[in-house]
Amino acid sequence: MTELILLSDIPSFSLNLISDIHEMLSVDFMCYAFQAGTMVSLVSGLVGYFIILRNLVFATEALGHVTFTGALAAAVIGLDPLVGLFGATILVALLLGVLGTRVKENDVVVGTILAWILGLGALFLSIYTTKSSATNSTLGVNYLFGSLFGLQEEQAQQTVIIGLGIVLSLLVIARPLLFASLDPDVAMARGLPVRGLSLVFLVLVALSLAEAVPAVGSLLNSALLITPAAIAQRLVTRPFVALVLSAVLALLFTWVGLTVGFYASYPVSFVISTISFVTYVSVVTWQRLRGNLTPPPK
Amino acid sequence: MNTNMPTSDVQFSWNLLFDFQQIFTYHFMQNAFLAGMLVALIAGSVGYFMVLRSQSFAGHTLAHVGFAGAAGAVLFGMSPGVGLLFSCLVAAIGIGLLGGRGAQTSWTHGIAIGTIQTFSLGLGILFLQLSHSYTENVYAILFGAVLGISDQDVRLIILTTIVALAGLIAIARPLLFSSIDPDVADARGLPVQFLDYAFLVLLAFAVAQSVQVVGVLMIFGLLVTPAAIAQQVTARPVIAVGLSILLALFFTWTGLAVSYFTPYPVGFFITGLAFGTYILVRLFRVLYTIFLRRRWFKGQGVLG
Repeated sequence: MTELILLSDIPSFSLNLISDIHEMLSVDFMCYAFQAGTMVSLVSGLVGYFIILRNLVFATEALGHVTFTGALAAAVIGLDPLVGLFGATILVALLLGVLGTRVKENDVVVGTILAWILGLGALFLSIYTTKSSATNSTLGVNYLFGSLFGLQEEQAQQTVIIGLGIVLSLLVIARPLLFASLDPDVAMARGLPVRGLSLVFLVLVALSLAEAVPAVGSLLNSALLITPAAIAQRLVTRPFVALVLSAVLALLFTWVGLTVGFYASYPVSFVISTISFVTYVSVVTWQRLRGNLTPPPK
Repeated sequence: MNTNMPTSDVQFSWNLLFDFQQIFTYHFMQNAFLAGMLVALIAGSVGYFMVLRSQSFAGHTLAHVGFAGAAGAVLFGMSPGVGLLFSCLVAAIGIGLLGGRGAQTSWTHGIAIGTIQTFSLGLGILFLQLSHSYTENVYAILFGAVLGISDQDVRLIILTTIVALAGLIAIARPLLFSSIDPDVADARGLPVQFLDYAFLVLLAFAVAQSVQVVGVLMIFGLLVTPAAIAQQVTARPVIAVGLSILLALFFTWTGLAVSYFTPYPVGFFITGLAFGTYILVRLFRVLYTIFLRRRWFKGQGVLG
C-alpha cells in the first residue's frame, strides 16, 4: 500500500495544529487526498441522510459491491474501468428501483441480486488476474479498498467535479424528496412524482458510490454514507439541521482520518470507520441510558 | 488464485459417468464435494429462516465480519477458523444490542448492521496491512478456497454442521412462529427476544463455518438465493426448508463440477446458476398468475 512507502519523509505530529495542517497540505498527495476526501464526505453526508430516511441501507450496500464488479468487467473488456464503474452502478440502481417497490420483498430481491453481482465479480476478477500481468493484480484490491493517499491530481479533480454535480442536483430535489420520503402517499396525492423522485435519488446514490471508489473503495464507501447520517438522525429531528449535521460529521471524520493516517500510518479507511463507529455506539448508548427510547420519526 | 483449477488439461465429455469418475479421482475434489454438501445443508436451512425474517442484510454483514475475524486471526498467528467464529458471534450479539427492539426494528437494525459492517471492514483492512500479506490473503478470504480443503477442515466442518443443525432443530418451531408473527408469539409467552438472538448466533455460526469453504462473498449466495426460490415455490415451511437445502446442494455440486472443467471460479457458477433459477421461477410465477387470472375472468364471463 502507498501509505507504507511514504513513511520515511513524514514529519512528526506537533500540537500546533495550524503548522500541522500547513505541513500536510505542502505535500502533493495530501492535497489531492484532502480535496477528494472533502468532496466525497460532503456528498456522502448529504446523500446518506436520505438513504437512512428511505431505509435504503441494504440497497446502498449492494450498489457499493456493484462498483467493484462493474470496474473489473470494464477492465476485462478493455474499457476504462471508470466507464464500467459508473455504467454498471447506475444500471443496477435503476433495476433495483424498478423491481424493489414493495418493502416486504425488498430484502430478498436486493439480497438475490447482490449475491449474483458478487459471483460476477469473482468471475471478472479471475479473468482479469489470469489475463493481465502480475503487476496489475492489485487493481482488484485497489477497487475493493481504495486509496485516498494514492490519488492522482486528475482523479481528485474528477471527484470534485462529479461531487459538485451530485450536491447541486440533490439540493434541487431536496424538498420534494424529503416530502416523498417522509410520507409517500400524501406526496403522491399532492401530485409529486414519487416514483420519479425515487429513481432519480437511486441514480444519485449510484453516482456518489461510484465517484468515491478510487478514494475509499467499494467495500468501505458506505462507512461515510451510513454512519454519519445515522448519528445525525439520532441526534436531531429537524430534517435540514440533520442534513447539515450529517455532512459536517462526515467531513470531520474524514479530516481526522486523513490526519491520523498521515502521521500514524494507519489505513485511512480504518481510522474513519472506527471513529464513526465509536461515535455511533456512544450516541446509541447515551440515548439508551437517558431512557430516550423513542426512535426518531421515520 | 486458489479458486483456479490446477488441472487445466482435463476435458469434458458427454459421458457424465466418466466425468464424475474423473472428478473423484482427486482427493481434494472429494473433500470439496463433501464440504460443499455440508455447507449447502446448513446454508439452505438457516437461509430459509433468514429470508423469512428479512434478515438478508444481517447474513451479508456477518460474512464481511468474518473477513475481519479471519484476517485478525492470521495476524495473531491463530487459525482463521477461530477468528471467523469469534468475530461472527460478537457481531451477531452487537447487531442485536445496537438494533434494539420496538416498532421500527427493521429500520434500526438496518442502520446498526450497516455500521457494524463498515467498522469490521475497516478493522479487516488494518489487520491485513499489519500482517503484510496483502493481495493473496484478501482474495483467499473473500473468494474462499474450496479446492484447498484438508481432511482436518472437513472434520471441523462436520462437527460445526452437527452443532448448528442441532441448534436449529431445537428452536425451529418457536422460531418459525415468532418469525411469522412476533406479536402473537410474544403474547403467547414465547421468548421472542431470546429467539432473535439465538437465530443471529446460529446465522453467525453457519456463516463462519461456510466462509472457509466458499469465501465471504459466496456464502451469501447460498444463504439467500435457494431460500428465496423455495419461498416463491411453496408456502409450507417444511417443504420449503427441504427444497431450499436441495437447491443449495444442487447449485454447489453443479458449480463444483462445472468449474472443474473450466478455468473460472466456483462461486461464479454457483451464484449464476442460483440467480438464473430465481429469475426463471419469478417469471413462471408471473405468467402463471396471468394465466389463472384469465381463466377466472373467463369463468366469470368477463372475457369473450
